[in-house]
Amino acid sequence: MTDLSKTGTAPGEPTDERSPAGEHYLDVRDLVIHFPTDDGIVKSVDGLSFQLEKGKTLGIVGESGSGKSVTSLGIMGLHTVGQYGRQRARISGEIWLDGRELLHADPGEVRKLRGREMSMIFQDPLSALHPYFTIGKQIVEAYRIHNDVDKKVARRRAIEMLDRVGIPQPDQRVDSYPHEFSGGMRQRAMIAMSLVNNPELLIADEPTTALDVTVQAQILDLIRDLQKEFGSAVIVITHDLGVVAELADDILVMYGGRCVERGSADKVFYEPQHPYTWGLLGSMPRIDRDRTDRLNPVQGSPPSLINIPDGCAFHPRCPYADVPKGDVTRTERPELREVGSGHFSACHLPREDRERIWNEEIKPKL
Amino acid sequence: MDRATAGPRAVLTYLIRRLFAAAVMLVVIVLAVFSIFFLIPKWTGVDPATMYVGKQSDAQALEGIREKLSLDEPVLVQLFEFFKGIFFGRDYVGGGTSLHCDAPCFGYSFKTEQLIWPVLTDRLPVTFGLAVGAAVIWLIIGLSAGVVSALRRGSLWDRASMTLALGGVSLPIYFTGLISLAVFSYQLGWVSNEYTPMEESFTDWFSGMILPWVTLAFLFGAMYARLTRATMLEVMGEDYIRTARAKGVREPVVIRKHAMRSTMTPIITLLGVDLGMLMGNAILTETTFSLPGLGQAVLDAIGERDLPLILGVTLITATAVVLANLVVDILYSVIDPRVRLA
Repeated sequence: MTDLSKTGTAPGEPTDERSPAGEHYLDVRDLVIHFPTDDGIVKSVDGLSFQLEKGKTLGIVGESGSGKSVTSLGIMGLHTVGQYGRQRARISGEIWLDGRELLHADPGEVRKLRGREMSMIFQDPLSALHPYFTIGKQIVEAYRIHNDVDKKVARRRAIEMLDRVGIPQPDQRVDSYPHEFSGGMRQRAMIAMSLVNNPELLIADEPTTALDVTVQAQILDLIRDLQKEFGSAVIVITHDLGVVAELADDILVMYGGRCVERGSADKVFYEPQHPYTWGLLGSMPRIDRDRTDRLNPVQGSPPSLINIPDGCAFHPRCPYADVPKGDVTRTERPELREVGSGHFSACHLPREDRERIWNEEIKPKL
Repeated sequence: MDRATAGPRAVLTYLIRRLFAAAVMLVVIVLAVFSIFFLIPKWTGVDPATMYVGKQSDAQALEGIREKLSLDEPVLVQLFEFFKGIFFGRDYVGGGTSLHCDAPCFGYSFKTEQLIWPVLTDRLPVTFGLAVGAAVIWLIIGLSAGVVSALRRGSLWDRASMTLALGGVSLPIYFTGLISLAVFSYQLGWVSNEYTPMEESFTDWFSGMILPWVTLAFLFGAMYARLTRATMLEVMGEDYIRTARAKGVREPVVIRKHAMRSTMTPIITLLGVDLGMLMGNAILTETTFSLPGLGQAVLDAIGERDLPLILGVTLITATAVVLANLVVDILYSVIDPRVRLA
């Protein structure tokens, strides 16, 4: 294995920290990803930290434009691709994967890790698979980049993977093109391709958003089963709390490029400490709710990442922004503070107010 | 759902369908050309015979032509004679003379007293050589300039080549052609300014063709560079390019294998149209460089009102367009598997 812990130095970045090898499998520290554009700097990710262990699943939740997808692309080293084109992203912080720092590592070395050590499942498998190549060819390519085997062996491996993800007649379907598959089958093929090299970190970016509801459950089951089988660390990125409830051990709630709440799934679901999380829970439709009750969506729209509000980024939409005394919510950015064991929240609301509002106003309505 | 095994079979059915469509198209074209040259004059009250020899001819000559072309017979008989000529050859009998025209008989010029087909086969290689040579050059230059511009977007190279491309699109052939002829042939003497058939001397032929090729390629290459650049920029933003990178594919392979394949689709479509449309530009190019090709032949024919020759060139040009599009359609289906189902 090539030594990646020998990190390069970004301008003005101190690199005195030692590798935290053995501490966490994935350790993201103070990740910042900004895109300079003609209209200003897009602060997609602005100081994000989290950890993830092997065999565990982290759910990253947030609205569109909260920075969750950019975070995953940053980990993969693919943040220069996409919406802002080839514009150079400004990225800082540290990403430690299995004791190796990725952000300041040689891009060629990171490329070798992509697809083998860490891999990704994308939202829309129709556009994420190349329309001109058969499913088999695309899986074979993914396998042969990282394994020195001939095409026959790789093809057998591709068929084996298609079989493993539940595609019927895999020895025939391997020669099909993506447009000849149904949506659910395409996503299965995509998953087969991501797992062909037994990656230890799997990032699923909105894996079920483009699929039928009935197929969604199958795909989620599949991801969970495969994780148990391979023991990988999984990051699920979604705006759908139902998906997270299904899969995640830990949940990280993002808003305006920052983490506003983080903790175990139980804590975040049953004792949420941030008004934005309350809003997300309140906007979840539930079948057991009375039909006369209205959903409680979060009012307003997500902030522009070029012009993030001062103070707490959520304050213009927060119904409780005036509860703390003075104008602290408008002037001071709330720090992420531990509010319970392993449970963090970034909110100016005093503890007693938070608990009172949760217990008296929010919880009964959910 | 059983399309898994249909790959090669789908290509074959597609091929047969396209071939059939092309054959039908050719028949329709022959019918249309026949109507234009034989029926419309009749309806408008013009004696077609006068169009073949000129108004000042004597009555006896006109009568001979009428007999030779069966102009007094019903339309269906004329049409039958016309088709028969193309497939089996025909005899022109009338006015006391007779003349055999071998298949494929594309007519007889009463002005120059020549059969049309030999004239066409004489001239076609020149135009074909001009078109193919120029296409090779403009594809190489246009594609590489476009790809590099897209990958180095906003760089000096990008701006310089796109400015040059704008010039290429705007400047007419008789301008760039004459300038390059004056500089490279008359001033510097690097290349020949005369056409030599390939059979006589390959190097002389090549030397005489370079300027026409480059002139034509400059015009078309500019369009291809701009199209390639725009398509490449779009393709590089596609999700499947991100997927390829996420798999760990090396960047050069991402570009060569994943991005270029998609970029080729619109280029090939345009190429099919252009190779057909080349005729119009071939007239200019061949006149500018005195190349004895179809373009020059048709220009002379129009000047002389030599109807049979115009008819022959029209037929052969239309056939070229249909064949070019057939080749493009087949290429298209090889590149994009989704086309085979359409």
